[in-house]
Amino acid sequence: MAEYLPLYVQAFWLTLRIGLVGIFGSILIGLIVAMVVHFKVPVLKQIAGAYVELFRNTPLLIQLFFMYFALPRMGVPITAEACGMLGLALLGGAYMAESFRSGLEAVESIQFESALALGMTRAQLMRHVVLPQAVTLSIQSFVANIIFLLKETSVFSAISLMDLMFVAKDLIGLYYKTTECLVLLVIFYLIMILPVSILGTYVERRLRHGSFGPAGA
Amino acid sequence: MAEGELHIEHLHKAYGDHVVLDDINLVVEPGEVVVVIGPSGCGKSTLLRCINGLEQIQGGRILLDGEVVDGASKDIAALRAKLGMVFQSYELFPHKTVLENVTLAPTVVQKRPKEEVEAEAMTLLERVGLADRAKDFPRQLSGGQKQRVAIARALAMKPEILLLDEITAALDPEMVHEVLDVILGLAREGKTMIIVTHEMGFARAVADRIIFIDEGAIVEEAAPADFFDHPQTERAQKFLRTFEYEK
Repeated sequence: MAEYLPLYVQAFWLTLRIGLVGIFGSILIGLIVAMVVHFKVPVLKQIAGAYVELFRNTPLLIQLFFMYFALPRMGVPITAEACGMLGLALLGGAYMAESFRSGLEAVESIQFESALALGMTRAQLMRHVVLPQAVTLSIQSFVANIIFLLKETSVFSAISLMDLMFVAKDLIGLYYKTTECLVLLVIFYLIMILPVSILGTYVERRLRHGSFGPAGA
Repeated sequence: MAEGELHIEHLHKAYGDHVVLDDINLVVEPGEVVVVIGPSGCGKSTLLRCINGLEQIQGGRILLDGEVVDGASKDIAALRAKLGMVFQSYELFPHKTVLENVTLAPTVVQKRPKEEVEAEAMTLLERVGLADRAKDFPRQLSGGQKQRVAIARALAMKPEILLLDEITAALDPEMVHEVLDVILGLAREGKTMIIVTHEMGFARAVADRIIFIDEGAIVEEAAPADFFDHPQTERAQKFLRTFEYEK
């Protein structure tokens, strides 16, 4: 089994790289879309709403197929890796947007006013006062989204990316060591996701209900 | 016009058909402490919110140092930075420590160097008796302590005028004093303040001038001793009687 390891490790880094870039992108998209929806920006709000519904209600596999096979035909050249990152970012963005939006709604409007009264501009108060609180208030669904997105990386092999799933299937096809190859696959996914899960639980416990600092007065 | 001079001319504020403030005229001189009192819902808190542009006004104008305060204008942030506001419900930033609450606006809005701002913030926290809580988060503090931090946060911007909106109304009685003592100290130093309060004893002690508002209009305006001992209007007399008890 040891001889398979380098292949798995290589695939692990590829999967992780696409996963991290995709998640980073999803956070960015999510923040922007959440603000557009929350502040009811005309026109953009409708587009954002349509985007969220489209990506939340179709499977990632189909989204990836569309980007990988249809986009080049429409004159947009895209590599498989970029496709994976973009697909994950767009899917995740829709989920992150919903989670940030609920966080934004939970920040009381008088917090806006208290920041305005200190002379902050809208941009300054969003960055320093409102968004940090909104993200904290939505931490539970935020962590759940990250774990969900890392799991979704397992469909990348469908667009011929040599990710963990691809390597496992490939080796099974070559050597018929089905059990061993699948056990390794599970182990590598655990290595990737378990730390996120543990860290997430820890952060959630510290920030429960949007309260900050250690417990007790 | 001198720094920290506030002119309110024919201010009219309404929500739809409901008139909240009608033809308010008020001049606050630098160094003056004006206390606004009146029954609940008379519009006194709204007046403070209009002064720093948190509420749009429907008529008249408000001038700070000769500049028009307009909540919809692009320059409103710069004007608000000259007006410190303390809210009834403190509104500290829960995700920031006590010290960060005080330093945030000076570093972000005024873009002053962090070390300088922190040193000043510590001096302010010392003055409100909370230097030892600088590293704590707001939720670890009592209401009175939170409100003192909120005062330090407002002072850190070196505002020309401090607006205090019922800052003790949410506090337990034993905490009211620690907060009002800080304000009395500021008054002695000549800080310009507009104070909305229901604490009549405090109003009398701190004010240079009392403004009595009822149903959205200034009904009476007088020095504290005159107002509390010889209220001229029937409405003020009636209002002051609500603070008396007979067995």
